[in-house]
Amino acid sequence: MILEAFLVVAAALFSVGLFGALTQQSVVMLMMGLELMINGIMLAAAAFWYFLAPAPDGQMIVVAVVTAMAIEMAMGFASVTAIYRAKRIDMTDAATELEG
Amino acid sequence: MTLAVLLALGVLAVGGGVLVFVVDSMARATFCLLASFIAVAVMILMTGLAYLGTVIILMMIIEMVIMAVFMIMYMMNPAGLMPMSMFHNTRGAALISGLLFAGLTAGIFLADWPEKRGERPKDPTTALGETLMEGHMLTMMTLGVTLFSTIVATVVLATGRGRYDRLGDGLDAAHADDPAGGGVGR
Repeated sequence: MILEAFLVVAAALFSVGLFGALTQQSVVMLMMGLELMINGIMLAAAAFWYFLAPAPDGQMIVVAVVTAMAIEMAMGFASVTAIYRAKRIDMTDAATELEG
Repeated sequence: MTLAVLLALGVLAVGGGVLVFVVDSMARATFCLLASFIAVAVMILMTGLAYLGTVIILMMIIEMVIMAVFMIMYMMNPAGLMPMSMFHNTRGAALISGLLFAGLTAGIFLADWPEKRGERPKDPTTALGETLMEGHMLTMMTLGVTLFSTIVATVVLATGRGRYDRLGDGLDAAHADDPAGGGVGR
């Protein structure tokens, strides 16, 4: 196994996720893009732990990223529910109240 | 052999991620994302992080099932029976993502990575547990409080009618303002 192989896959996941987050009109699909980006970060963190710094502290980064992923999903769905209840909005293009 | 398995998992992970934004059916998109997540989790298992890899697999299965429910709730075309475009700014996003990938890949191969410091523990799960309960107890407590705050915040955001809607801003209404009566003597 080589570090670069892990990191290239992680970079590809992050880039594909960014593409999805930037292009999707549906809020749920946008969240899928964000999840893919976090997935890439998680893989890179595990690779760094394995290849560069196998101290237990390295695993803590993976734990923190997994927690961030859970929080992102929970808050995302709750926000979608709140916006939909208030404005019947389920598309990002319609949620422009904070637009300058 | 290991490298071949790793490459196959990498192709599955990235291919699944790409398919998420290609397929019409939201159910298929959800399962493509799940396949991508499981491929990444298996790659993490290959690094020896047995506990974290297993947690990720279990978490992602539950998460994708919940996501499928939300898809059906909020997507106007969850089954993909009516082909429709739900993209915007595709060209700009492709350019940004492509440049980012090219930059990251160049950095990966050009960086002078340091030598490995220290040895991997024989049992990473035990090492993680000891770290969580000793040196990183504060981190664990912070993560716990953050997760608890998330539970409270999500319930507040998702609740349709809370106690302030029922009993007023001061919570001092004589009777709850409910659309339907309830309780004794309704």
